[in-house]
Amino acid sequence: MSGRRTRCALIGCVALWGAACRSEGQTATRYGVGRPATRAEIAAWDIDVNPSGAGLPAGRGSAAEGASVFAAKCAACHGTKGEGLTAGPALVGREPREGFPFGQSLKYTRTVGNYWPYATTLYDYVDRAMPATAPGSLTADEIYAVVAWILSRNEIIAPTAVMDAASLPRVRMPARDRFVPDTRRGGAEFR
Amino acid sequence: MTKDAGGGSPAITRRALLAGTAATAGAALLGSLPDSIRGLEARATPSGAQGPPRTPGQPTSATSMRSPFEHPARTPIGQVTGASFSPLQDLSGTITPTDLHFERHHGGVPTIDPTEYRLLIHGLVRRPTVFELEDLKRLPSITRVYFLECSGNGRTAYRSPQRELTPQLVDGLTSNAEWTGVPLAALLAEVGVEPGASWILAEGGDAVLLSRSVPLEKAMDDALVVYAQNGEALRPAAGYPVRLLLPGWEGNANVKWLRRLKLIAQPNMSRDETSRYTDPLPDGTARQFSFVMDVKSIITRPAHPVRLGRDAWVPISGIAWSGRGKIRRVEVSTDGGATWVPAELQEPVLSKAHTRFTRMWRWTGGPATLLSRATDETGATQPTLAEFREKRGRGTDYHFNFIRGWVVERDGLVVYQVDV
Repeated sequence: MSGRRTRCALIGCVALWGAACRSEGQTATRYGVGRPATRAEIAAWDIDVNPSGAGLPAGRGSAAEGASVFAAKCAACHGTKGEGLTAGPALVGREPREGFPFGQSLKYTRTVGNYWPYATTLYDYVDRAMPATAPGSLTADEIYAVVAWILSRNEIIAPTAVMDAASLPRVRMPARDRFVPDTRRGGAEFR
Repeated sequence: MTKDAGGGSPAITRRALLAGTAATAGAALLGSLPDSIRGLEARATPSGAQGPPRTPGQPTSATSMRSPFEHPARTPIGQVTGASFSPLQDLSGTITPTDLHFERHHGGVPTIDPTEYRLLIHGLVRRPTVFELEDLKRLPSITRVYFLECSGNGRTAYRSPQRELTPQLVDGLTSNAEWTGVPLAALLAEVGVEPGASWILAEGGDAVLLSRSVPLEKAMDDALVVYAQNGEALRPAAGYPVRLLLPGWEGNANVKWLRRLKLIAQPNMSRDETSRYTDPLPDGTARQFSFVMDVKSIITRPAHPVRLGRDAWVPISGIAWSGRGKIRRVEVSTDGGATWVPAELQEPVLSKAHTRFTRMWRWTGGPATLLSRATDETGATQPTLAEFREKRGRGTDYHFNFIRGWVVERDGLVVYQVDV
């Protein structure tokens, strides 16, 4: 897990700090500016969550618990059913059940249910950016709960499922395999 | 700038060019001008025709203002999640005036005290380090000219084109500036990258802590951590006090108000690299991490709402750019693409920067459609709208680099080309 590795790196770094300007195989000169980051400083800012589940905090939440969180904190912008309003995009919607026609037409709205490839992104994004009027104000339990509600409304997890650091990374999103690397390389062929 | 139109011809004037877009904004602005400036407007008017003023002018000042006759302005839309388009039709040369550089942000513009600013670099590094602003300024600085472009620039022209679109509304989410900062590679040398690191999570200090994963190769290539734009500290909307600058790459990844860089093994799959800033394609996939901005150009003059005078020389002028390097050539067509002629590129042609192109043309009153087509040093050329639709699809969401057109109507009015 990246957090644990970070702490190991930190301990090593503090020990080596005085060893000035060692080459390390890089050509750039080291000028020794900046100061060692403390463990507390890193912990306070190291909030990212990735698809392996690294970074997910302790806590838990179910769709039932998330319904009230969503109604109170999210529905004003995203609609009571997550259908989307002017102020906030649609979060719920699985149509079309077959195919991935978003490049061909604008008929279908892209949602968490039909477009987002990773469930962990939902935690990461809600944690850092939502609700838009007060980002960072939700507790871990509230975020797990509202994530569970959104995934449940999209029929991706059971209404009774509980989301936590172990279960969320295991959620398989419908659009997971649709994403491909950039194949543009310049040159005469337009891709 | 463009060549002289020559011989006292009634070519379009700058005043005529500005009339459509600036008059309204100018009238609105005038009400808020200080009395000293408002007085200038009346007093200065006849000096051009009647010789120099016979009374002393304005004193020196701490910061200068534009002429009271010039009113270039951005067009802001949205609130905290918004964009503000650069007035391309009002600009000359290649450097975008700092206060007219386009804006795009997702959680409003934060106010950051530079004495409290911190940049944390951690993750797969030997020495997790906190840099203050002054630390960054103690490293050797580098200054380069690069364009920035929002990945969604041109979306309105693609999705809902209208004759009344101006260059500002077609492509105003690109700008070009001189940036000063330190190579990201130099910062990584300070912290020591550990084996296994292949991406960097860059996080901004805005309300939404916008985050993007950037390949380590870009950091080792030409990525910068910048603190100055056009010779002065970044403006708040541009990321004050420090932003990431990834030359040629989509604007969103050039994280503003940069507060954290985390060396990681795999991309983080942040919202803005999955749900947003991915390109659904006609084959049922979505292209991800499509950072590079494709070769592109737009004629900025003449363009809507300019009206051309008949039998007059017209300087065609515009900008071209590519995220893959230098512009090799720009061709211009005045007959909707049946024939093309080369435009003159204004030196210096810089890599991953706006390049000004010009071409004189005489309009004799017949039907005309003005196009520009840029080719970059890799040989990539702008596609036609039809080619773009075929390869990218009608539902695609970013990287709109198809050829843009301006139609000259019978009465000389120039409108955005809607029907292709």
